Amino acid sequence: MIEIQNVRKSFGSLEVLKGIDLTVNKGEVVTVIGGSGSGKSTLLTCINGLEPIDAGRILVDGTEVHAKSTDLNKLRAKVGIVFQQWNAFPHLTVLENVMLAPRKVLGLSKEKAEEIAVKQLTHVGLGEKLSVYPTRMSGGQQQRMAIARALAMSPEYMLFDEVTSALDPQLVGEVLDTLRMLASEGMTMICVTHEMKFAREVSDRVAFFHKGVMAEIAAPEALFGAPKDPELKKFLAATH
Amino acid sequence: MFNTALTLSDLGFLLQGALMTLAVTAVSVTAGTILGVIFGVVRNQVGPYWAVPLTFVLDVFRSVPLLIQLVLGNAFQSIAKLGWPPFTTSCVVLSLYTAAYCTEIVRGGISSVPPTTRRAARSLGMTWWQDMRYIVAPLATRVSLPSWIGLTLGVMKDSALVLWLGLIELLRASQVLVTRLQEPLLILMICGAIYFLISFPIARLGGYLEKRWSND
Ligand SMILES: Nc1ncnc2c1ncn2[C@@H]1O[C@H](COP(=O)(O)OP(=O)(O)OP(=O)(O)O)[C@@H](O)[C@H]1O
Ligand SMILES: [Mg+2]
Repeated sequence: MIEIQNVRKSFGSLEVLKGIDLTVNKGEVVTVIGGSGSGKSTLLTCINGLEPIDAGRILVDGTEVHAKSTDLNKLRAKVGIVFQQWNAFPHLTVLENVMLAPRKVLGLSKEKAEEIAVKQLTHVGLGEKLSVYPTRMSGGQQQRMAIARALAMSPEYMLFDEVTSALDPQLVGEVLDTLRMLASEGMTMICVTHEMKFAREVSDRVAFFHKGVMAEIAAPEALFGAPKDPELKKFLAATH
Repeated sequence: MFNTALTLSDLGFLLQGALMTLAVTAVSVTAGTILGVIFGVVRNQVGPYWAVPLTFVLDVFRSVPLLIQLVLGNAFQSIAKLGWPPFTTSCVVLSLYTAAYCTEIVRGGISSVPPTTRRAARSLGMTWWQDMRYIVAPLATRVSLPSWIGLTLGVMKDSALVLWLGLIELLRASQVLVTRLQEPLLILMICGAIYFLISFPIARLGGYLEKRWSND
């Protein structure tokens, strides 16, 4: 369970998160929508401790992320994150990209790490690309590799930050399919996305962010069918 | 073909000089690179304020002519009664000189690694050190290699200046022979050829590594 309790976060004088409360249960898929600069990415980077917070707390299975005593590297193995930019390690092959963290962070043997990496890469449809360098692949393939790389750590939670936004339109589908597959397998996920159709399909709940506030959160039918927040209404009208 | 007074033992003398050039270069480039990597990482890690003194000292080493550094270094070691032989003094001064340039190369290499790539490594649970070791070091090395090869070849040629401390390296050895035999053209050609023979493998190694790494 991920518990976000009254989290506040500023960059300098700009308050980006103004008291966010959100609990995501095991097996749940929550998508986050909202305008540019509303704080969606910041929330995700706070959840796995890449950014400090100013007030409130975030608990992952009861462990306080920003407590001094928390081993962040251990926590991050449990909470995977994939970014808009796929960030392949360009000097490593696809297989090596995926094997690196399981070997060095989890301390797995080469054979075991390779077995896991091959399994995850096959899972996202890259079983044929093991010895290719990532820069030789399309953006969609690199993004799926990034997803496999996160999954190879056997995370219990996955955070996705607009993973299709930097992709050519014809490549968006293959990455969304990968996310749908994960959702159907019961992975607990928080997805920031601009793909409304996707959000409607996979989410248990959809959260709408506006200027650092979670203005509305509801099941997709309710949120898209009968939005209450005036800003959400504007947002949905604009994204049609 | 040539009608020359140059004997085999003279050639041996030149080769001894070449060995001295190689030794000074090898020691200085090795030590200078190690120091340069340490300084480069430190400069990247500490905030801008702490980097100022380090940068200042390194700037001094980069801007004062090497000859003056050698002479001052030698004066310093004798005032401080360190009792260093010329070889040690030469290597220490050249190492610091190399380190000053290498620090900039390393710093540039590290900052060429996109922060998002490093964040991706950290987000997988890698520690700062693991990120440095497995992501930053290989990527930065690729970027820095051409400049580092250039630096090494430069230091090799600049090392001729240690003759001012009385070391008989390749250039000094050639001078001695020129004075004695009065055959400057031939001897300087041989001297140049030896410099080339030392440089060529280093330059080729650089080219080879660049090519090998360019596939990814
Ligand atoms: N490291 C940072 N330093 C300073 N300001 C930042 C930083 N990261 C984000 N911000 C600012 O915080 C605000 C919220 O950013 P955030 O990336 O969370 O928005 P977002 O909802 O993800 O937007 P988008 O849809 O464009 O990705 C923005 O105004 C942004 O400029
Ligand atoms: Mg964002």
